[in-house]
Amino acid sequence: MARLARLSLTDDELHQYTSQLAGVLEHAADIEALDIEGVPPTAHPFPLVNVLRDDVVAASLDRAEVLGQAPDVDQDRFRIPRILGEAP
Amino acid sequence: MSAEARTTPATALAADVRAGRRSAVEVLEEHLARIATTEGDVHAFNLVTEAHARAQAAAVDGAVSEGRDPGPLAGVPVALKDLICTRGVPTTCSSRILEGWTPPYDATVVTRLAAAGAVFVGKTNMDEFAMGSSTEHSAFGPTRNPHDLSRVPGGSSGGSAAAVAAGYAPVSLGSDTGGSIRQPAALCGVVGAKPTYGLVSRYGLVAFASSLDQIGPFTTTVADAALVLDVIGGHDPRDSTSLPDTAREKAASRLGRGVEGLRVGVISELAGAQGIATDVAARVRHAADALAGAGAKVEEVSVTSVVYGLSAYYMIAPAEASSNLARYDGVRYGLRVPGEDITDMYIATRSAGFGPEVKRRIMLGTYALSAGYYDAYYGKAQKVRTLIIQDFEEAYRSYDVLLSPTSPTTAFELGAKTSDPLTMYLNDVCTIPSNLAGHPAVSVPFGTGDDGLPVGVQVLAPALGEPVMFQVAEVLEAAVAGAPGGAK
Repeated sequence: MARLARLSLTDDELHQYTSQLAGVLEHAADIEALDIEGVPPTAHPFPLVNVLRDDVVAASLDRAEVLGQAPDVDQDRFRIPRILGEAP
Repeated sequence: MSAEARTTPATALAADVRAGRRSAVEVLEEHLARIATTEGDVHAFNLVTEAHARAQAAAVDGAVSEGRDPGPLAGVPVALKDLICTRGVPTTCSSRILEGWTPPYDATVVTRLAAAGAVFVGKTNMDEFAMGSSTEHSAFGPTRNPHDLSRVPGGSSGGSAAAVAAGYAPVSLGSDTGGSIRQPAALCGVVGAKPTYGLVSRYGLVAFASSLDQIGPFTTTVADAALVLDVIGGHDPRDSTSLPDTAREKAASRLGRGVEGLRVGVISELAGAQGIATDVAARVRHAADALAGAGAKVEEVSVTSVVYGLSAYYMIAPAEASSNLARYDGVRYGLRVPGEDITDMYIATRSAGFGPEVKRRIMLGTYALSAGYYDAYYGKAQKVRTLIIQDFEEAYRSYDVLLSPTSPTTAFELGAKTSDPLTMYLNDVCTIPSNLAGHPAVSVPFGTGDDGLPVGVQVLAPALGEPVMFQVAEVLEAAVAGAPGGAK
């Protein structure tokens, strides 16, 4: 699960989280007492349809300001470590 | 320290500044002086922005001297929870992963407050990424309750609540996903309101759980909360979940009308439930009596499914958080810890940047959404959410507002609940149902518990029911002020 979440946990953390999260899941089992057969799920408080903005040209964020916050930049692009197996 | 260090309400300050009776600079300096005196003990702020505030205050005074109206919050000092984006001013979410980040844009609420003449005094401490109920899960150390420094201020917006309670600003903004405005408001003895979902734009609010998050005000009076909400609320094309402005009454529109003839339901499942301290339950009964005494029709009402809100919330909110927090990957902003390849870099960055509670919730959310468990946890929680909405709808057919405690107890000691996450999560049992339903709710200070610490009473209303919610809250506020012995 930690790998899925892109986290690396120490043995201590793993041990602690396992018992703590088991406690939360156990508490969550109280909803078994409710009859939810045939109840539709709610993902969002209000029914929303796709919202489109007007097709008007407007200023976007300042590029230098945005890139100035990045850990590594190369030629106006975000630079990242290698993705594929071969050498960079 | 004394919690009597209350600042003048925003409505009065703004009236004085607009009329030229006081200068915005003088008002600001008074608040900065209070910060200088006690902030070392309280630690409400991650950052105090004096220079920026002085420039804003001088601009407000400039407008007044030129005969221009600076707006309804003219010269009012405002503190912002440190997950509301401020252009060029660091916004950390009290997390190492965003330490030093300065947003390239302002949140819509910031733009609207500034346009109304507000003066920003700083960014307030919080539980990391708004995950917590005590402000102890901050990467920069806890905030302490101004009423008793050995106690927590509540959370996650604990810094914002403490800032108003300590008189650092008459107004602050927080965010409320499961009670993060109302619970700290109750524990710090101030007013805290969570608006209807979609009423206040979330553009520039760092996301925790997107179907639940709302921005709202902390103030010393109910009228101030309504005023601030009327300034920050309203449609914003930059937030696709923002509600249209049609048919919306001003939040302050029913102030001063009293509660004669209104129907108030006291939620029986929350008012006397297991885990609700007897002194808190007693204050809720007093509040119900006060409303009945003022002419409201008050009855107990059963809203069966609300007690299951906690379980549903602790599946839904971590699930949404695990998805929202995937963006902290060391690529575009914030911390990067180098790695061999991109996956190593992601893992190293996130493991070093997130604190223990954030990791715990990401793990829980990832689990709740994973193949094989989705239906059992997340899917069921979404159905419980429907039941809660249906039960509220049923209750609001017979009642204008509902009443409950805000927090099960008064402020607890630092460290009392950090070792067991479930104990901490139980703080939110009364506040979570409104988030799941998308409804507004406000916590009003209503006297003190056996330990002399503040107790909050929660007024809940249906979607866009802010006017009637504040109408009732104002009567509770007056009842406390008029009671013999003041707060008792």
